[in-house]
Amino acid sequence: MKALSIKNLTKTYANGNQALKGIDLAVDAGDFYALLGPNGAGKTTAIGIISSLVNKSGGEVEIFGHSIDSELEAAKACLGIVPQEINLNLWETVGNTVMNQAGYYGLSGKLRKERVEKYLRALRLWDRRDDTARSLSGGMKRRLMIARALVHEPKLLILDEPTAGVDIEIRRSMWEFLREINAAGTTIILTTHYLEEAESLCRHIAIIDEGTIIEDARMSQVLRKLQREVFVLSLSEQLEEAPTLTGFETRLREDCELEVEKGPESDLNELFEQLNAQGIRVVSLRNKANRLEEMFMHLVENKGAAA
Amino acid sequence: MNIALNLVAAKTIIRKEMVRVLRIWIQTIVPPAITMTLYFIIFGNLIGRRIGVMDGFDYMQYIAPGLIMMSVITNSYGNVVSSFFGAKFGRHVEEMLVAPMSYATIIIGHVAGGVLRGLLVGALVTVVALFFTKLQVAHPFIMISIVLLSSIVFSLAGFINAVFARKFDDISIIPTFVLTPLTYLGGVFYSISLLPEFWQNASKLNPILYMVNAFRYGILGTSDISIGHAYAILLVFVVVLFSGCMFLMRRGIGIRE
Repeated sequence: MKALSIKNLTKTYANGNQALKGIDLAVDAGDFYALLGPNGAGKTTAIGIISSLVNKSGGEVEIFGHSIDSELEAAKACLGIVPQEINLNLWETVGNTVMNQAGYYGLSGKLRKERVEKYLRALRLWDRRDDTARSLSGGMKRRLMIARALVHEPKLLILDEPTAGVDIEIRRSMWEFLREINAAGTTIILTTHYLEEAESLCRHIAIIDEGTIIEDARMSQVLRKLQREVFVLSLSEQLEEAPTLTGFETRLREDCELEVEKGPESDLNELFEQLNAQGIRVVSLRNKANRLEEMFMHLVENKGAAA
Repeated sequence: MNIALNLVAAKTIIRKEMVRVLRIWIQTIVPPAITMTLYFIIFGNLIGRRIGVMDGFDYMQYIAPGLIMMSVITNSYGNVVSSFFGAKFGRHVEEMLVAPMSYATIIIGHVAGGVLRGLLVGALVTVVALFFTKLQVAHPFIMISIVLLSSIVFSLAGFINAVFARKFDDISIIPTFVLTPLTYLGGVFYSISLLPEFWQNASKLNPILYMVNAFRYGILGTSDISIGHAYAILLVFVVVLFSGCMFLMRRGIGIRE
């Protein structure tokens, strides 16, 4: 069963901007899916169409088999949306915000109250239920939008940059929460600019650029395509010049650091053997950049060059 | 359509609207009561004593139904236009648009909110009027049905205004340049029989004249126009405006990209 099926989806705005140029996407039920792309790539437009906030120009969208053209209300019932922009009624209390949303989905009585409490507690907002949304911090507002999107327990949850501007501790707790609800069966589609987030959470990835899908595969397959990795070694002392290492490119940095670029043909054991032979002691090492970030930049830049 | 879901959703919107009205009662309920009290003191008491009798009633009695209707109309319209435009402006209208309720439910919920505020303020103005004059209801059914239909018509009109509005200025243009002149020229303060024939006929093009006069007929038993015409006009407006709201919501005009 496909949680989301998109076929040849196009969107041209009134000003002539062609935001989507016929994208196809199929998300399996239960998947944790990353939709990545630079600003203006078409991610938010695609999400807007899926959630019926943007009229499409052409193509088909089905949510759990329900077409948004012929079974819009059934499709909407399967979907929870956490938008990129804060779209809360800032004068409404936290409790009423989620309570009202439950009502819009037809929940009433005891079940409605139980769900509101369940998700406000899960998102650590229960103690703020009588405060207005405007009194919350940025991170709390984002958590409130997640609670609001989950109160009807959708089968498909779409989060458009849910952790933007959120501090690391809250971001990590939100990741944990999203993993839990995904493990419980909710299909999740996530857009984010934190590629570490996508790599950590998602099993499938699609990259969209200039209204076109340029990559759509399992995360592991995408990362395997990455041929080169760059490591930053922290050394016990500052070198005067970068050492020559067979099979590796090296660049000297300040503060006793050495940058080493590794190709697919060499491995880290070889690197350390050569460093040992030259008497260079390594205190620690780290990846220079997130692997997915490199992959992303590679794909987007190559597409730009090809164009 | 899932009827149970839509009933719960409509109740939720109505409750939300009433909570909003009562939360900001100092903006929604008090000002019309003060304004109407001033009308009663200045037009009814001070000036009205010099005017004397109109259509067999003292002037204070004559203008009371019109002033009640005026407050119902302006508050019904104002509630829906400000609430729905506020939801658009703050983007929390999306809470309703992504939910599986029908567009009719969104419209009906907001219209019901407008009607409830209109009737609440109308009841308050009636209480104020009773401090200045005596009112006996001649035709209760006509009074209630006309005030309800008028309130629905202006709530629907307010919804359409909110859908088209792009900035806060846009929600005050219609009330200032259309609603207020039509209300003042709609027989609230005078009988159109006082006007020259041409202006009598011109006044009959003003739908508010029918609402004010039919409501006055419900209370005082006197009217410048046919009550049947008033019902016909109101029902046509309800159907046309509701259809217009549904068309706008389905097409997403003003609310979707």
